[in-house]
Amino acid sequence: MNAGRLRSIIWKEFIQMRRDRATLGLMLGIPVMQLTLFGYAIRQDVRNLPTVVYDASRTQESRELVQQFGATGNFRITREVASYEQALRRVDAGQAHAAIIIPDDYARDLKRGRPAQVQVLVDASDPTASQSAIGAAQLVGQRGNLRLTAQRFGTAFQPGRLPLDVRVRPLYNPALKSVLFIVPGIIGMILSNLLIIMTAMAVVRERESGTLEQLIVTPLTRTEIMLGKIAPYVLVGLVQLTAVLLVGHWLFKVPIRGSLLLIYAVSLLFVVASLGLGLFISTLVTRQAQAIQTSFFFLLPNVLLSGFMFPREAMPAAAAWVGLILPLTHFLIIIRGIVLKGVGLAELWPQTLALVGFSALFITFSTLRFHKQME
Amino acid sequence: MNATDPPAALASPRAGVAVQVLGLVKHFGAVKAVDGVTFDIGTREIFGILGPNGSGKTTTIRMLCGLLKPTAGTALVAGADVATQPERVKNGIGYMSQAFGLYGDLTVEENLRFYGGVYGLEAALAGRIAWAKQRMLLAEFGARLAAKLSGGQRQRLALGCALLHQPPVLFLDEPTAGVDPAARRLFWQIIRGLSADGTTIIVTTHYMDEAERFDRLAFLSRGHLTAFGTPTEVKRTFGEGMSLEDIFVKLQESEA
Repeated sequence: MNAGRLRSIIWKEFIQMRRDRATLGLMLGIPVMQLTLFGYAIRQDVRNLPTVVYDASRTQESRELVQQFGATGNFRITREVASYEQALRRVDAGQAHAAIIIPDDYARDLKRGRPAQVQVLVDASDPTASQSAIGAAQLVGQRGNLRLTAQRFGTAFQPGRLPLDVRVRPLYNPALKSVLFIVPGIIGMILSNLLIIMTAMAVVRERESGTLEQLIVTPLTRTEIMLGKIAPYVLVGLVQLTAVLLVGHWLFKVPIRGSLLLIYAVSLLFVVASLGLGLFISTLVTRQAQAIQTSFFFLLPNVLLSGFMFPREAMPAAAAWVGLILPLTHFLIIIRGIVLKGVGLAELWPQTLALVGFSALFITFSTLRFHKQME
Repeated sequence: MNATDPPAALASPRAGVAVQVLGLVKHFGAVKAVDGVTFDIGTREIFGILGPNGSGKTTTIRMLCGLLKPTAGTALVAGADVATQPERVKNGIGYMSQAFGLYGDLTVEENLRFYGGVYGLEAALAGRIAWAKQRMLLAEFGARLAAKLSGGQRQRLALGCALLHQPPVLFLDEPTAGVDPAARRLFWQIIRGLSADGTTIIVTTHYMDEAERFDRLAFLSRGHLTAFGTPTEVKRTFGEGMSLEDIFVKLQESEA
């Protein structure tokens, strides 16, 4: 390893990067754009569900109930309708995604201590979207029950002193906002996908133009060539990380609970692992178009199996196992842990170790393949 | 001692000899790409290595540049043994490929700076860049992107990059493919000048009219040396009245 030679190739790489304004723009623009898009579009907690109300009871009690539904934030009461059929038609037509039906004997039943029935219709064609609405509706019912039970048995019977009182306290993300979960995930997605493609392209471009052939005739060692090509992209990766963290923090109010330094340290590790994978791809292909296609081959498992969008706990064993061989899977656990839970290496060392392993494996493997290929 | 090591007596180059090829062998599995080739190239010679595709020409060049390890035998290039000191060989040679190996998105100056850095020139770099620009007639194009140069200019820039570290031996692989006749003539003028200054130049080519310019040449066929000497001598080997082109075609047909 010779520092002067390595410096030359890194210097050259930066000049090329600077000349290619379009790619440079994409390298910085894509992360911010993707984060903004994903952050606004991917929301598994559906709030403000357009809701119509058919209140046949028209009493103080029924109005209170409707208010309680509105207060959950899951339902946005858009209008009152005059009949059950009208409510149903609006849901059918997609103008409303939920309907609250309060029968005319609601208040009367309440007063007489009979079970008062309320119906909530939820458009469950999208199960994920409807889930939180269903949960919220049930919560409104339970709260009402508790309050009524307490009233019926007098002040001596406080809700807190019910025979069974289960309270769920959501940790780390009390508002259950999925954007908090998504943003750290996007950091990992963007870093891995962009870096894999960029490195693969950078090496294959040299192969295509014949400069790689020239480089191996010079005193540059194969290891110097590989490191020299990787190093500038490590910096690009860290700049991308910073951009995404800033946008996530200011635009989406994602708190950063853990150590910022630790975030950068493990991200660096993840960047190197991703670059190693890109390098490995570059040894498998000879054309830039092939490099892009092969990179896309890793893109889909990254989205589907890493836990980025779908919980790994729900996956069939085989899929979950495949997910384990993706660096992103481990990085997501780390970055969510640091950003959302504020935990550190004491909890996250197994995943960090996995990233170290991936980096070493990919880089060794691609250097070996690169050596063999050049002979 | 390894079986591929050269005999001790051959380990030091003879005076006036820039390249000594000593029983060079390269097998790829069962394929004998180069099968025992021995010849010398004198200092300052413009030397041609000719042969049809598959003759072992490329494999020979790759071994001489320290890129491929010989199966047996060796060669001394610029005083270094290609089998045991490939890194020393790389420092002692310049190499210009058919593809030129230039970065189109770097300027003339930046290409020179990059290759100078790769060859470890530090204090001498500025002077060598100035030399290359002047000698390759590129003085006024320093800030131009390599992609914007003409074919002949690109070729000369590639040559300049290969010569920055003042290698005693220069390899040119199909150097004038796709370059116009005027630029070709200029190129050969520069090459002759380099040779006069003491550089040994080894050329592979398909252009038989260019082969007439070589001081000596080696014809390879099926991994063997089939003819060796000055163009006149080689022609005599194959019979009077045959041009080098006739010989080349005849060899190629015998391979098919």
